[in-house]
Amino acid sequence: MSTFRVAGRGRIDRSRPIRFTFDGRTVQGYEGDTVASALLANGTHLMGRSFKYHRPRGAVTAGSDEPNALVGTRRGPGRFEPNTRATMQEIYEGLRTESQNRWPSLGFDVGGVNDRFYMLFSAGFYYKTFMWPRSFWDKVYEPVIRAAAGLGKPPTEPDPDRYASRFLHCDVLVIGAGPAGLAAALTAGRSGAKVVLVDEQSEMGGSLLSEPSVEIEGQPAWDWIAATMAELASMDNVRLMNRTTAIGYYHQNMVGLCQKLTDHLPVPPEGAPRERMWKVRAGEVVLAQGALERPLVFDGNDRPGVMLAGAAQTYLNRFGVLVGRRAVVVTSHDSAWYAAFDLADAGCKVAAIVDTRAEVMSALREQARVRGIEVLPSHTVTGTAGRLRVKSVRVNPVVNGKVGAARSLDCEALLMSGGWTPSLHLFSHTKGSLHWDEEAEAFLPGRKTEACRIAGAGRGLWGIGKALEDGAKAGAAAARALGHEAEAKSLAVANDREGRGVTHKELPTDRDPGRARAFIDFQNDVTAKDIRLAVREGMRSIEHVKRYTTNGMATDQGKMSNMNGLAIAADAVGKAPPQVGLTTFRPPYTPTTFGAFAGYHRGSHFEVTRKTPIDSWAEEHGAVYEPVSLWRRARYFPRGNEDMRAAVARECRMTRASVGIFDASTLGKIEVAGPDAVEFMNRMYTNPWTKLAAGRCRYGLLLGEDGYIRDDGVIGRLSNDRFHVTTTTGGAARVLGMMEDYLQTEWPDLRVWVTSTTEQWATIALNGPNARNLLAPFVEGQDMSDEAFPHMSVAECTVAGFPARLFRMSFTGELGFEINVPARHGRALWEKLWEAGQEYDICPYGTETMHVLRAEKGYIIVGQDTDGTVTPDDAGFGWAVGRKKPDFVGKRSLTRPDIVAPGRKQLVGLLTDEPDVVLEEGAQIVADPDQPKPMTMLGHVTSSYWSETLGRSIALALVAGGHGREGETLHVPMPDRTITAKVTGTVFFDPENTRIKL
Amino acid sequence: MLLIHCPYCEQDLPELEFAYGGEAHIARPADPSALTDEEWRDYLFIRSNPRGVHFERWRHVHGCARFFNAVRETVGDKFLMTYKTGEPRPSEEEVEARLKELSA
Repeated sequence: MSTFRVAGRGRIDRSRPIRFTFDGRTVQGYEGDTVASALLANGTHLMGRSFKYHRPRGAVTAGSDEPNALVGTRRGPGRFEPNTRATMQEIYEGLRTESQNRWPSLGFDVGGVNDRFYMLFSAGFYYKTFMWPRSFWDKVYEPVIRAAAGLGKPPTEPDPDRYASRFLHCDVLVIGAGPAGLAAALTAGRSGAKVVLVDEQSEMGGSLLSEPSVEIEGQPAWDWIAATMAELASMDNVRLMNRTTAIGYYHQNMVGLCQKLTDHLPVPPEGAPRERMWKVRAGEVVLAQGALERPLVFDGNDRPGVMLAGAAQTYLNRFGVLVGRRAVVVTSHDSAWYAAFDLADAGCKVAAIVDTRAEVMSALREQARVRGIEVLPSHTVTGTAGRLRVKSVRVNPVVNGKVGAARSLDCEALLMSGGWTPSLHLFSHTKGSLHWDEEAEAFLPGRKTEACRIAGAGRGLWGIGKALEDGAKAGAAAARALGHEAEAKSLAVANDREGRGVTHKELPTDRDPGRARAFIDFQNDVTAKDIRLAVREGMRSIEHVKRYTTNGMATDQGKMSNMNGLAIAADAVGKAPPQVGLTTFRPPYTPTTFGAFAGYHRGSHFEVTRKTPIDSWAEEHGAVYEPVSLWRRARYFPRGNEDMRAAVARECRMTRASVGIFDASTLGKIEVAGPDAVEFMNRMYTNPWTKLAAGRCRYGLLLGEDGYIRDDGVIGRLSNDRFHVTTTTGGAARVLGMMEDYLQTEWPDLRVWVTSTTEQWATIALNGPNARNLLAPFVEGQDMSDEAFPHMSVAECTVAGFPARLFRMSFTGELGFEINVPARHGRALWEKLWEAGQEYDICPYGTETMHVLRAEKGYIIVGQDTDGTVTPDDAGFGWAVGRKKPDFVGKRSLTRPDIVAPGRKQLVGLLTDEPDVVLEEGAQIVADPDQPKPMTMLGHVTSSYWSETLGRSIALALVAGGHGREGETLHVPMPDRTITAKVTGTVFFDPENTRIKL
Repeated sequence: MLLIHCPYCEQDLPELEFAYGGEAHIARPADPSALTDEEWRDYLFIRSNPRGVHFERWRHVHGCARFFNAVRETVGDKFLMTYKTGEPRPSEEEVEARLKELSA
């Protein structure tokens, strides 16, 4: 294979050859190469196929704005990344890369047939073509189109890499290490300010890396970079971060940085994170991101070999690669002339410089003449030829707006430049305003919302000298704003390449513009014609044009396409570009891995897992867990080969037959104490508390001000001024927050303190006919007789020698106790009860059995049987409302018209006609299963179980007007059949409550 | 991520420590039973939802746990000031002055 490497050029290390593969073929490059530069050095321009039309594509840029040269990179199992920009990926020994979106091969791609039928895939094609027959969309069109479209394939294995996150605070954050950024960092660094300088490239220097002929302070540019980097590195107050992209600019000068740490290393250090996400809070930000070169829009501007002139200059000067031996330049900006000169001086035959402008600086013309380059002013490009690589370009003169006769120029590379767009993505993230600058024909930064400064090409300044000067000023101003003494030192610059240009919509052509394949968004295959079509079809807002055509919506975020899209849309609408406006830029600036965002929050670190003091016992005894809010709770304890249904049936049987033991530690607990505790409880909960004696407890119901049930739980009065409140497991924090809200903001006069004690207590529930027999011998300090300690009592005593709060209460309908002991004693008490309980055939049960036993008794679970629209009356809990109290939270709402209106959904029991059929929770309920669809739904099943006790299924449901429907048969339509069920009361078992008695 | 000034801790702290608490200066009526259905509806549901300056409640939930009030400009999403529960609502002049200060 021929090599396009140029002796003596570039910053690559020729003493360190590196081999990698591209589509299985071994390619050799040097340290310092990117995948793109190494491929180009070997004469390979064809790097991928386009998204929609599968057109052959090559690298069009040399940076992060690359839309075409996307490859998959692979290093071992799980380490595959699609859509990596070949222009950014550094090569390392053993790197494997592959082209995308082609089958069977990059050179011959079946999907390329799409390109022949491009008329079918115009803007918004999915709204218009492939519509008939209707049934074909789901089965034929969509699967075929989806298989053919798209970019890289997502990886299929879990990502084995680690990702880190860090916070960082600094005085001045400088984003971009080109001339402006380096000058800013140097000036701010010398002032003593704490400076962070970041750049997305592997080495700092920005455009200076592509401009070695410029001299700064008498030094060649690269020597100046080296000296500057050395000085910056020597400053303790400066942090330099390369391979680091500022992905987003957020409120109050917070900037997200994604730092790539290992993707350039042949062997990453063991355990090293692949990327690190930094959240930087900066006193001042200097945005020195420079400008992005704009392509020209003409037929065939996407062929491999057609690239931005600045990119060709970078490949030559930074990587020592000639992008072709014979080139044509087409431009509307002076910068491309310098690229042409550099290429010509390196041995490339530049056949012509085609400039759309009539007038060009005579100095440039003179330099072209010296090099023997033909100059074609007032010319346009009207087409290119070549299947997998550009072979020739069609150029025409333009005289008085008329396109003249075409001639064809042979070339291996066509270098284009449509001017430069200030890179204002990050500035736009801050909602800073942009204003249209007529002279620059570009949007420039306007009103700022953050403490930031834009320096250099980002605010339309062109040339190395101006960028250095502006950067130094911005760095000094930023440092001074933070109280440092700083001075912007001016730097002498020689051989600077200043210039100017004009911008265009599509280049004029003598051919039918409707047939031109003139691309604007290369990655999403959007052409000029698509934009004009969108406007013709009624899209007027640039945001609509963007969404209809998908212009600027690819992974390059419109870096290349936005301004051309805007210019053409504005022309089609008949307005000036500033009146049409720019679409909104959003983070991240470049594609960022999910890993970097997730950081440490993955696997078991994704969320905390709360465990009770008894959790370890459950684990040792084979518990199957379920998550309940952040807790993991034992769901059931299978014996032998039992499945869940068998285990739960046995746990239910054993508990109702003798005694079951249950870990209720996750229940929320709040200590309410103070002289006004009773008054506070009266105002918060629906129930009356004044007459509840110390030593007694009561079921409490908590509403929102809207009258709907928020939480419930048994509340014990320990003394006149102290309550032990329990809440649902998931509602603990919410209830505490609600109490604090009222205490702090509505009733600050009440002398009450509320404290979360959820994790202070381990709670063990004993239920069953033998519960007291098992427990009583352990209890000291409390008479356990029915008279001294009746149902719904609470006492402070000792149990097995541990200080305890002992409740006699039941969530199963059996004789029951809940023993609260300090959390550290929880497991010890459990084990003592377990040991003593063997005599009674004690059974540990989990949350599933708890659910079945409570449902058999019609006890509700807030959040399962209620959904935030259920009042106490709807739930059948009217008895728990102290209507004589003057006020409590939500009381006024209980007489709102909607809440007293008939037809509300009310909680009822459901018994299926076939007792073996267990309804599905969430299933919808209708009165008439034969009514036309969509059916009128009366409500839904909230709880449904197999009841071992009753030998049949049971269910609770919310049904419109449910309390008046007892005895009615309702229908539950399911995909395969309709189930019938009778409406009943909610208590299925022991309605007289005989079993809770002694 | 915003930095929010807790008027109790007297520190600027990350948004992560705070929870939004709805519009401020909507006192619970002393005697809800005396209210008409319409008045109670307004208390429950009707909020100003302005484009611009908004008086709102925040809670330093993962810090001192106190509720406090804040004035936030909802377009630029910027806190103009925060103050303790029970302190008077800042005057229009104070808010205007702060807005000017921030946009300078």
